[in-house]
Amino acid sequence: MSEKRIRVLVAKPGLDGHDRGAKVIAQALRDAGMEVVYTGLRQTPEQIVAAALQEDVDVVGMSILSGAHGTLFPEVVNLLREKGAGDVLVVGGGIIPDDDIPALKEAGVAEVFGPGTPLANVVQYIKDKLN
Amino acid sequence: MFKQDQLDKIAAKKEKWAAKLEATVKKRPEREAQFATDSGFVIDTVYTPLNLKEMDYDADLGLPGEFPYTRGVQPNVYRGRLWTMRQYAGFGSAEETNARFRYLLEQGQTGLSCAFDLPTQIGYDSDHPLARGEIGKVGVAIDSLADMEVLFDQIPLGKVSTSMTINAPAGVLLAMYIACAEKQGFTKAQINGTIQNDVIKEYICRGTYILPPEPSMRLISNIFEFCAKEVPTWNTISISGYHIREAGATAAQEIAFTLADGIAYVDAAIKSGLDVDSFAGRLSFFFNAHLNFLEEVAKFRAARRIWAKVMRNRFGAKDPRSWTLRFHTQTAGVSLTAQQPMVNIMRTAFEALSAVLGGTQSLHTNSYDEALALPCDESVMIALRTQQVIGYEIGVCDVVDPLGGSYYIEALTNALEEKAMEYIAKIDALGGAVKAIEYMQKEIHNSAYQYQLAIDNKKKTVIGVNRFQMKEKPVEGLLKVDLSVGERQVEKLKKMKAGRDQAVVEAKLKAVREAALSDTNLMPVFIDAVKEYVTLGEICGVLRDVFGEYKQQIVF
Repeated sequence: MSEKRIRVLVAKPGLDGHDRGAKVIAQALRDAGMEVVYTGLRQTPEQIVAAALQEDVDVVGMSILSGAHGTLFPEVVNLLREKGAGDVLVVGGGIIPDDDIPALKEAGVAEVFGPGTPLANVVQYIKDKLN
Repeated sequence: MFKQDQLDKIAAKKEKWAAKLEATVKKRPEREAQFATDSGFVIDTVYTPLNLKEMDYDADLGLPGEFPYTRGVQPNVYRGRLWTMRQYAGFGSAEETNARFRYLLEQGQTGLSCAFDLPTQIGYDSDHPLARGEIGKVGVAIDSLADMEVLFDQIPLGKVSTSMTINAPAGVLLAMYIACAEKQGFTKAQINGTIQNDVIKEYICRGTYILPPEPSMRLISNIFEFCAKEVPTWNTISISGYHIREAGATAAQEIAFTLADGIAYVDAAIKSGLDVDSFAGRLSFFFNAHLNFLEEVAKFRAARRIWAKVMRNRFGAKDPRSWTLRFHTQTAGVSLTAQQPMVNIMRTAFEALSAVLGGTQSLHTNSYDEALALPCDESVMIALRTQQVIGYEIGVCDVVDPLGGSYYIEALTNALEEKAMEYIAKIDALGGAVKAIEYMQKEIHNSAYQYQLAIDNKKKTVIGVNRFQMKEKPVEGLLKVDLSVGERQVEKLKKMKAGRDQAVVEAKLKAVREAALSDTNLMPVFIDAVKEYVTLGEICGVLRDVFGEYKQQIVF
């Protein structure tokens, strides 16, 4: 086991309290052998980026169900870039209409996982991207 | 309920029949090695009086409208009046939500249910930095009485009943509602409705908490006391299992954790000096209607029976109204799929039917597009029509508790009661619901993870997601709330604030602070303040300052 374990920050930006999905994903990533830190609710983009830097993560996964993704996801990407951590893989999920996905990808969110995504797909995507 | 010789006869017959069953299964194996409900109860092939040997009709079921209310809270349930058809609505500005409310009332809806945006639910005005991107997104933005006046424009508050999904700042929003009704010319005694006001489940799973448990429980007791005297027909709390279920709980956990929360509120109110019968009749509940149809029907029946026993035996309530569990139901948002969204109409219809067969007092049916966005006018209309089909076309409302007496339903009702009482005993042993928040969070998370694994490994079928998938066109006509709503709201707030007398505002906020620091009831002070257009954020700011904020423990 010389391979470095993938480190992931699972984050809940904004004021939305729905964390079932975030916690289920966090558990699945942990069960797949990754090191996972979950931020808890109501995190500002600044707090998320600070946690990502402090925990030295490879991936930031964000979940929003309130519709604030268009504002908050890009802010996290931009702040990561400003802090010299633009290489961190940023992914998102939640109630995100298809129409919004191109703009999020344009802003630097690598992938958006919508409702009904099997856990294994998320695990595989992260492994493929980082190896 | 059954005579011993009858039971013996059935047992003898069943033994012979079991051999036949075994031969059948041997020839053709069953679809599952073991069938089970969502709560994990193993399901037998068939149920007979043998499953209900211990049942005592009078003690366990009784007649509708009588203790223990298993069969319903009124003697004739829907033969008198159907449930209240109450669609949860709210988005964008107060003007837009007012238009949606009036549309729903024109379509035959019989009560309002207001969704607030997250800044409002967490006690921030729209100009707070944390409100960025969230204004008007999941509900309407209400900063002050000025917004409330627009929200209910041309809707006579003395004539409709309004349910408000507001928790941590419930007292302030209720104060605004009262002020708004009084401006329309109605008295406090004439208004009807519900505030959710259930903070424990916010700590457990919904997330819109503000203050720590102790001051939160005090605020809730203040509201109970104030309404008992001044707003006698207001439902002062809606103790909610809905979100507990949405977060992942099973049916048994949903009723157990909800009723445990209810026990904590009753305990707190009694400790604050209130007589149980002075407030218990105004407690209401809110449950989820999920997909496992028969277990859901049994769940509602079991919840009513448990609460009746808790209130009479544990708290010594004497007024029969204190024993009755009245509840609102919403179909399961989590059961909706983004794939083949029209199929959600069927899911919702079956869920709604389970709530009606379970005797709900009011109902929200989800719209088919809600796994994608907030619902559009068309999808909301179909959701409302679904309730109307159940109420007016299929005949299920003409008799009370039609599934009562089914061997399976009664066995399941008993099993759910027993399992729920085990959880409640565990929570009691931990020191009550407030002390057991993390325990409940862990249980809910484990159930949620198991549920997802069951979908991923196809043990549980979700049509369009893991079976019967097909290529689809993107759904059109989804509702969008754009960011200009937020900008306009902030602008409106700025103008409103500039028009106030700052000295009056400060005096009102000082009064809130003084009341918070003493043990006087906060409700009259809130009403005084909101009448002068003191904002929600200003009042909650003072409360935050006096009491501090709740810090969530991270459990997963």
